[in-house]
Amino acid sequence: MSTETLLRLENVVKHFPVHSTRLLRRTEGVVHAVDGVDLDVRRGETVGLVGETGCGKSTLARCILRLYDLTSGRITFGDTDITELSRRKMRPHRKRMQMIFQDPYGSLNPRRRVGPIIGDPFAIQNVADGEERKRKVQELMELVGLNPEHYNRFPAEFSGGQRQRIGVARALALRPEVIVCDEPVSALDVSIQAQIINLLDDLQDEFGLTYIFIAHDLSIVERVSDRVAVMYLGKIVEFGPTEQIYNHPRHPYTKALLSAMPSADPDVAEARERIVLRGDVPSPIDPPSGCSFHPRCPKAQQHCVDVEPPLEVKFTDPPAHRAACHFPVGDGEVLAHATPELALDTEGDVL
Amino acid sequence: MQLLTVEDLKVSFPTPDGVVEAVRGVSFSVDRGKTLGIVGESGSGKSVATQTIVGLNPGGKVSGQARFEGRDLLTMGRDELRRLRGAEIGMIFQDPLSSLHPYYRVGWQIMEMIRNHTDMTKRQARQRAIELLELVRIPQPHRRVDDYPFQFSGGMRQRAMIAMALALNPKLLIADEPTTALDVTVQAQIMELMQRLQDEFDIAIILITHDLGVVADVADEVLVMYAGKPMEVADRRSLYYRPHHPYTVGLLESLPRPTNKGQRLKPITGQPPSLIHPPQGCPFHPRCPYVMDRCVSEMPPLDDADGGVAGHRSACWLPSDIAGASPELDAQRLDVAQRNRTAVAAAPEGGAR
Amino acid sequence: MSQLSAATAPPEPAEAGLSEAAKKIEGRSPWQLAFERLRRDRVAVGSAIMIVIIALIAIFAPLAKRITGHGPAGQYRDTGLSPAGIPVGPNGMFWFGTDELGRDVLVRVIYGARISLLAGVAAASIAVLVGVVIGLAAGYFGGAVDTVLSRFMDVVLSLPYLVFAIALVSVIGSSMQVSIGVIAFFSFSSVGRIVRGQVLSIKEKEYVEAARSLGAGNMRIMFVDVLPNVLAPVIVYVTLLIPLSIVFEAALSFLGLGVVPPTPTWGGMLSDAINYYQVAWWYLVFPGAALLVTTLAFNLLGDSVRDAFDPRYNRLFAAEE
Ligand SMILES: Nc1ncnc2c1ncn2[C@@H]1O[C@H](COP(=O)(O)OP(=O)(O)OP(=O)(O)O)[C@@H](O)[C@H]1O
Ligand SMILES: Nc1ncnc2c1ncn2[C@@H]1O[C@H](COP(=O)(O)OP(=O)(O)OP(=O)(O)O)[C@@H](O)[C@H]1O
Ligand code: SF4
Ligand SMILES: [Mg+2]
Ligand SMILES: [Mg+2]
Repeated sequence: MSTETLLRLENVVKHFPVHSTRLLRRTEGVVHAVDGVDLDVRRGETVGLVGETGCGKSTLARCILRLYDLTSGRITFGDTDITELSRRKMRPHRKRMQMIFQDPYGSLNPRRRVGPIIGDPFAIQNVADGEERKRKVQELMELVGLNPEHYNRFPAEFSGGQRQRIGVARALALRPEVIVCDEPVSALDVSIQAQIINLLDDLQDEFGLTYIFIAHDLSIVERVSDRVAVMYLGKIVEFGPTEQIYNHPRHPYTKALLSAMPSADPDVAEARERIVLRGDVPSPIDPPSGCSFHPRCPKAQQHCVDVEPPLEVKFTDPPAHRAACHFPVGDGEVLAHATPELALDTEGDVL
Repeated sequence: MQLLTVEDLKVSFPTPDGVVEAVRGVSFSVDRGKTLGIVGESGSGKSVATQTIVGLNPGGKVSGQARFEGRDLLTMGRDELRRLRGAEIGMIFQDPLSSLHPYYRVGWQIMEMIRNHTDMTKRQARQRAIELLELVRIPQPHRRVDDYPFQFSGGMRQRAMIAMALALNPKLLIADEPTTALDVTVQAQIMELMQRLQDEFDIAIILITHDLGVVADVADEVLVMYAGKPMEVADRRSLYYRPHHPYTVGLLESLPRPTNKGQRLKPITGQPPSLIHPPQGCPFHPRCPYVMDRCVSEMPPLDDADGGVAGHRSACWLPSDIAGASPELDAQRLDVAQRNRTAVAAAPEGGAR
Repeated sequence: MSQLSAATAPPEPAEAGLSEAAKKIEGRSPWQLAFERLRRDRVAVGSAIMIVIIALIAIFAPLAKRITGHGPAGQYRDTGLSPAGIPVGPNGMFWFGTDELGRDVLVRVIYGARISLLAGVAAASIAVLVGVVIGLAAGYFGGAVDTVLSRFMDVVLSLPYLVFAIALVSVIGSSMQVSIGVIAFFSFSSVGRIVRGQVLSIKEKEYVEAARSLGAGNMRIMFVDVLPNVLAPVIVYVTLLIPLSIVFEAALSFLGLGVVPPTPTWGGMLSDAINYYQVAWWYLVFPGAALLVTTLAFNLLGDSVRDAFDPRYNRLFAAEE
């Protein structure tokens, strides 16, 4: 890993308008899917991105790949500002960034053979043709642990794990610098997950790849990431080196998330202080004021309702570790017993 | 006597492509106040096994026994079974969205369920529905009772399902992957809720999941299934700290756990088996690092392992006293395996089909 | 590779693949799978054979003329009408009897098959072609394009087609081409709506996103990723649209809005026959039966095709792996 910043996001915002009736197309409101994200990714590292359903992880990933146009903000890749590039201008940059999708069933066109699917990047970018393309595809298949002789098979003839390897092969075809992995193992059986994780790991070593690794399984993110960003309602609420995040979480949400993580170890599970958050994630159409976590936070105070906390270093943490919270969690602080000071509109909603 | 005892359950489905042997001889039991965890990968027959017990599996050929308080559920009449289902056996399914009817109000669905099984009036049933929603911690239950399912979040829907399953004070609750579709924080809420309700009402729970982490927390006993067969049964501690079956060991080692921190994950090699042509002998042998000659042809019986502590049993030909997961034990197992196999058996591909 | 090194040496062994040397290397496409299922379906095979026979009869209609010695428009007043001028029933010379002008019903039914099949297939093909293009554009581009095209299709679907057809024909006159055009015009909307719905869901699939992330353009995505995946329901619909169009054509002819006499059509024959069926049942029964058998064969085939493409089946096939 170098210190060279490969990818820089500055205040990235992506809002989706919500329409009411189809005929008149009146805009009812906006979904604040990604709401001001700053992130820098260094060459060769893996940045983990965790957070609950709907917090904007996939949207952020698609913004990075310019599958969506940003509402505002800026994305710099290498030395190029790719925020505004046209489809045509964007094309050469696409070679350098690829994506691996969550659903090993949905991400491969069921009506096409896997050879051509993996060869798509060559076809679309006009890199290789005919026999050469086939040879390259078969090399890729070998690289990810597929039998090259299965070139002419259809996706339905592979198991989930093998399909995910197909997706990895396709992403690798153009030797990208960055691969965004959107929950690459979530849909796989436990016994297969580790195969894919190890494969990604080996490929990173071999090609010096940079990963943005999205997942909601915190134990896997801990294994693969150098740094971890925790997202909540479209914002990054904590970002730092993996061991810092896991051992010294500062944001109460991070703390709660970690405590909810199932542990395949009865002793650990029993000893754990489990913080059960009340209620559900609020709607991103109308996010709460101030700190958007305040309605569920065990430490929330009036200040949290009024003022949005900036992402900054807490206590004596290293400068790389930043959290967005007015009342950060200290080491050894027991959150489960903190009584919320805010009387909230959630009568009886406390678990 | 146990509340539910299942013996030698077998279920198969004829399909155009051959007979799918979904469950191939499974036995387990669960008592009130206890939780049985059933783990295994997708397609290992967990859902089919439990759905068959409660008569929700049309089209399958079933054999075996499932005694619920002495009565055999598998030979019971349809109507009797239907009355039992809901009243004495509650069920929660994996997908909360599809288990609630989208066009009816949540409260109405709970009321219907209650009124189908009791002679409560509408008023009483509604009151009960509100109580139940409160029990599962839905905020403002008297108002939310009139909501439609789409107005509930995923976690709330699953809680509503739990409310429905508990409506008639069942003795047994079957939860088929109740949290798979949910976030970790919501999962924690639901698991906490189930445990609290179990303590309160002394319910027996069968918890089906593919996540070993979920059962580590709550299960008293764990059944590990593979290709429709039981591989290992043990109380939770034995299973996690002294696993005997190579599949269980493989599952545990492929997870990122505190005990293997800093090491490379050790996946189980190969792919899940076909159920139309399940492997001969031990179904795990095509993927097992310790495969021996007899594994390829003979199915090992589910026998005492690790001295049979607390009913610990495993279906594997390896010596019953090698239990646990560590590099030394791996070496021991490999040593045994090598002494007991010829070159033919050593090739994992050899017996794959 | 031995199991030992497989378990210890990273990266993972080329899983599964190795063990499957015996398996077919060449995959079977979803189309092939569906086709194989169709082949095993006796109803499908039976109705397909029926359709082929009808098609052959239509193609080789002149042969019937040669064998019987009767032309489709030829009036055989001496042999084909009783002295009282009444049509004669089936006999050695007129197997299906004759009509009020002494024409051979058999030969006319056979020649009528040409019109029916041609009109049915041509109208259905045009409808599908137009419907697919419009549905694809509406679903894929969305927004204003979608609004305009969808509204247009809704309007067409809500038109009272018979009234409209009568008006149209009375303005431009009736002919085969006009019939086909009218049928296609009133059928493409349903195809378009089906396609649009499918495209809307397929557009959201991750493989489309994957193509986009590789820099693929709209045309490539539409024709490589979207279109092949909407074809299955379209094919099912075509097999049901052909008999519909045949009946539609018959209805137009029946009303005198179709192909101009004396060219024989089933609908036209039926229309004439109702005046005579009390004295000449054969006049009504044979064209009616021909129409029934043809539409039934297509409908049965359509049902089988739909079953063959049923995704539930596909899952079972996949589970076999
Ligand atoms: N195309 C869209 N139009 C409108 N809203 C959208 C769109 N895509 C996403 N959203 C909304 O934006 C929010 C963030 O969605 P996103 O898919 O990024 O979440 P996520 O963190 O990836 O969740 P998950 O873990 O479920 O994948 C959600 O509330 C979602 O409903
Ligand atoms: N009605 C049916 N007809 C044919 N096969 C079936 C039927 N129901 C289930 N199966 C097959 O039986 C096998 C076991 O399925 P089951 O649903 O029990 O698996 P599971 O262990 O619950 O998996 P998951 O974790 O994916 O829910 C699967 O291969 C499935 O395809
Ligand atoms: S050692 Fe043999 S019996 Fe035991 S799991 Fe492996 S293959 Fe099965
Ligand atoms: Mg997502
Ligand atoms: Mg299941």
